[in-house]
Amino acid sequence: MLNFTIRRLVLAVPTLLFISLVIFLLLELAPGDPMAQVPLTVPPEVKEKMREALGLGQPMHIRFWKWIVQFFWIEPQVLIDSIFGTTFSEGDLRVISWQTRSPVMDIVVQRIPQTLWVVGTAYVVAILIALPIGIYSAYRQYSWFDQMGTFVSMVGFSVPPFFSGVLVIVIFSVQLGWFPSIYDTTLVVNSWDSFMLQLKQMIMPVMVLALQITAQLSRFMRASMLDNLNQDYVRTARAKGLSEYTVVMVHVLRNSMIPVVTVIALGIPAIFGGAIITEQVFKVNGIGQLLIGAIQANDLPMVQTLTFIFAVLIVLFNLIADVLYGILDPRIRYD
Amino acid sequence: MTDHDRTDSLVPDEGIVPVSTVLPGAAGVMEEFTTPPSSQWRDVWDQFKTHKGAMIGAVLFIFIVAGVYLGPYLWSIDPTQIDIRARNQGPSWAHPFGTDQLGRDILARMMSGGQTSVSVGITAMLLALFLGSLIGVVAGFFKRLDGPLMRLTDLFLALPLLPLLLVMMLLFREPLSAAFGLERGIFILIVCAIGITSWMPTARIVRGDVLAIKEREFVLAARSIGTSNTQIITRHILPNVLSPIMVSATLGIATAIITESALSFLGLGFPPDFPTWGRLLFDGVDYLQQYPERVFWPGLAISLTVLSVNYLGDGLRDALDPRIRGR
Repeated sequence: MLNFTIRRLVLAVPTLLFISLVIFLLLELAPGDPMAQVPLTVPPEVKEKMREALGLGQPMHIRFWKWIVQFFWIEPQVLIDSIFGTTFSEGDLRVISWQTRSPVMDIVVQRIPQTLWVVGTAYVVAILIALPIGIYSAYRQYSWFDQMGTFVSMVGFSVPPFFSGVLVIVIFSVQLGWFPSIYDTTLVVNSWDSFMLQLKQMIMPVMVLALQITAQLSRFMRASMLDNLNQDYVRTARAKGLSEYTVVMVHVLRNSMIPVVTVIALGIPAIFGGAIITEQVFKVNGIGQLLIGAIQANDLPMVQTLTFIFAVLIVLFNLIADVLYGILDPRIRYD
Repeated sequence: MTDHDRTDSLVPDEGIVPVSTVLPGAAGVMEEFTTPPSSQWRDVWDQFKTHKGAMIGAVLFIFIVAGVYLGPYLWSIDPTQIDIRARNQGPSWAHPFGTDQLGRDILARMMSGGQTSVSVGITAMLLALFLGSLIGVVAGFFKRLDGPLMRLTDLFLALPLLPLLLVMMLLFREPLSAAFGLERGIFILIVCAIGITSWMPTARIVRGDVLAIKEREFVLAARSIGTSNTQIITRHILPNVLSPIMVSATLGIATAIITESALSFLGLGFPPDFPTWGRLLFDGVDYLQQYPERVFWPGLAISLTVLSVNYLGDGLRDALDPRIRGR
């Protein structure tokens, strides 16, 4: 297993390099000049200097190499410095945002907690709802509960977050006035009241995100339970007189959870991507909104770094899912 | 699952023998003492009819597509006609869905927006399907290309798609609209962007099926009488992998429509004077407090279309699966 994990880790390196190259080339080959906004009265030689200050003067491969070094070598050093108070990265150039002229990673670090809070809560809530629904609708297949579950999850698949989000805003904040429609990230939770405020403003984004995840997970849980419910070992368990609860919740559930756990792991990066829209709807200033803002402001280093962070998440969780599968299911050992 | 169960679940897979591949002579002999065989598509249709959700979905989808393309002939108000005196009106007989902030008729805009949304969905799905089936068939059929092509698929699956789509929209918008005109350029851009980023699931499914079918006797028979690779693929393999392709086609329409609306909603899709459902929704958000129905109609249209297509795909999957059919 360890062997397999190491092999996959090594394989992840070229994958990530390839993805970073794709992102870099996409931004590179695209027409569009970062100097387009500079007034025409600025003389060309000054423009050339400004270009160099942005790091645009050098050939493509050198800039790619510099970006790789900055991202994989200097940024981790900065992280170590900030944790242990060391000075490894002193004097090194970091990836600089064109919008704010400050290091991209600093801004990302500021924004990540908001995204993690909303996305993380939504994921946990969705898992807690989806698993019981999936188990029960498989156990009572074709009952009215199962039919309802199918319909609700079909709706969950089909209603895009930018519609469900706007819909809950209309219902809960325009009509009923229960929750604020804008997520206030400056809120500091230090008392019961502010905690309630935080809870209130989190309900709607979490609800919208959780609806989608629940739809997918409960379907998957149901399918996986159905695969196992008709197996021979279930009949054996019943035949030796185990209670129905033990049969379903211990024997069947444990076996059905194997693929579901990997799906949960695989879904995490997709959720970060999907949160881009939800963040936009509820004005949560997380990394999704940061990405949209950077795209609109033509801030290429920021776009490049954020897109790459999303890619790293996908590769990482794919790896985790594969390893989990091997650990949970002794029949599947890759080596 | 034990080993025994595994083989158990594999056996029905082997049973995917479309009726068309059964030797005609054998069928002729059987005909004398069995009921006349019904054709494969007849069986598929019979099974499809029993899935109520799928029937409703199919009818609804046809209704939406017809309403969007034929509707403008019945409802002949120009969606771009500005009537500033009749702005922000509620529903009336003259304007069943009301008018927007410039007095444009919302029903007419919904129809013209639906045309764009549905055509983007269908064209992008066709492109993704073409790419996916091509790569899937080639990877499954030619052993030497299997490794590289599947690594390529894995790499594409590891790309963060929505951020990349947004970046593509931003960067290639200007040159393409300069080359093909504003609307057509963005149409091409959106269709290509969605097509290029959504062929991977189809490719994987098709490859898996091709790998299984390639080893079957009828392919061996075809090869032994000297059929060329191209003909084996087009005559013997493609018809047999048609069902997974059709199922991913329906699901592809749903994803493409949602993706296009998401792009428009983020302000990176079609220009404002060229409505799509996503764009109408995005425009409606500004008037959320006063006129919530302006958000409701386009959102409902997107959701209903996607819902009907999803149910259609669900029914199609059941109908095309011979293990379920006839039960």
